[in-house]
Amino acid sequence: MTARFQYVLRLADTCLVLGQRLGEWVGHSPALEEDLGLANLSLDLIGQARLLLTYAGELEGRGRGEDDLAMSRDQSDFLNLALVEQPNGDFGRTIVRQLLVDAFQLELYEALQRSADPRIAEVAAKALKETRYHFRYSAGWVVRLGDGTEESHRRVQGALDELWRFTREFFAEDEIDREMAAAGIGPSLAQLQPRWQARIDDVLKEATLKRPADVPYSWYGKRGDHSEHLGYLLAEMQFLHRAYPGASW
Amino acid sequence: MTDQEWPLFEVFIRPRSGLEHKHVGSVHAADARMAIEHARDVYTRRQEGVSIWVVKSNDISASDPSEAESLFEPARDKVYRHPTFYAIPDEVKNL
Repeated sequence: MTARFQYVLRLADTCLVLGQRLGEWVGHSPALEEDLGLANLSLDLIGQARLLLTYAGELEGRGRGEDDLAMSRDQSDFLNLALVEQPNGDFGRTIVRQLLVDAFQLELYEALQRSADPRIAEVAAKALKETRYHFRYSAGWVVRLGDGTEESHRRVQGALDELWRFTREFFAEDEIDREMAAAGIGPSLAQLQPRWQARIDDVLKEATLKRPADVPYSWYGKRGDHSEHLGYLLAEMQFLHRAYPGASW
Repeated sequence: MTDQEWPLFEVFIRPRSGLEHKHVGSVHAADARMAIEHARDVYTRRQEGVSIWVVKSNDISASDPSEAESLFEPARDKVYRHPTFYAIPDEVKNL
């Protein structure tokens, strides 16, 4: 496996798994309008995943397409950030998770637009427009809930405290990240960190939420080490394709 | 959560630059910003618009249907208000 293949898979899987998670809200959102809102985010993310998985398949050169990569890989072959596989919880928790990822993807896609790899740059430019809206949506909700009632404040602060540790993985560079940065394909993740932090701090301040302390902890989902939640998500997502290989309608 | 429903907002979409905003429906939302996001998600999924207005339904004053007779009937027999009595020259094609 080349570094670039794995790098693109990381980008793709993060979108795919988060898109699948958001899809779980369809039919269960607090209001019809939010049902559509979350479904729109989900479809944007799955669209990004499709472009990236298709490209990953080409890079791999073994004839695997987007469906094969999405539906026939096992848990340890998924390279998404561990945060995105965390369960939805209540609406506030889903929104906090979304904010943390949106702010990260904003910085990431902004940088990837200038990637030395034209395919990645192309996807990033398209995704950036979508991500700007995602951030507007999630930041608006975090402020509304954080600065809302006592209960909504307590719930989103709780979600933030619980999910914060997973954000360390965003900026933890390994040899693949460093190789991509050296080739001008990806950004230096450490350099994205202060901008992400500033963006998040602005929202938290307006939402009257406290930024949790950093703890020395990370899952490294992007290296294939996942929490117990991903397997259940994949079982549901991949069931049809595995039970009826090649099914179409 | 409270039992209170979000207020209703009326949604107006401008389909293209140069055209006027048209009423397309309504959404529930807690505030104007959320109303625009909801309107975007509900009414512009298929590229229906380039601009959105929202206004709280409560802020719209409407004519009373029971007054329709006095408001609109008087115009019925004033046909001279329609520009239908002018002879149009043959050279004018698109009028």
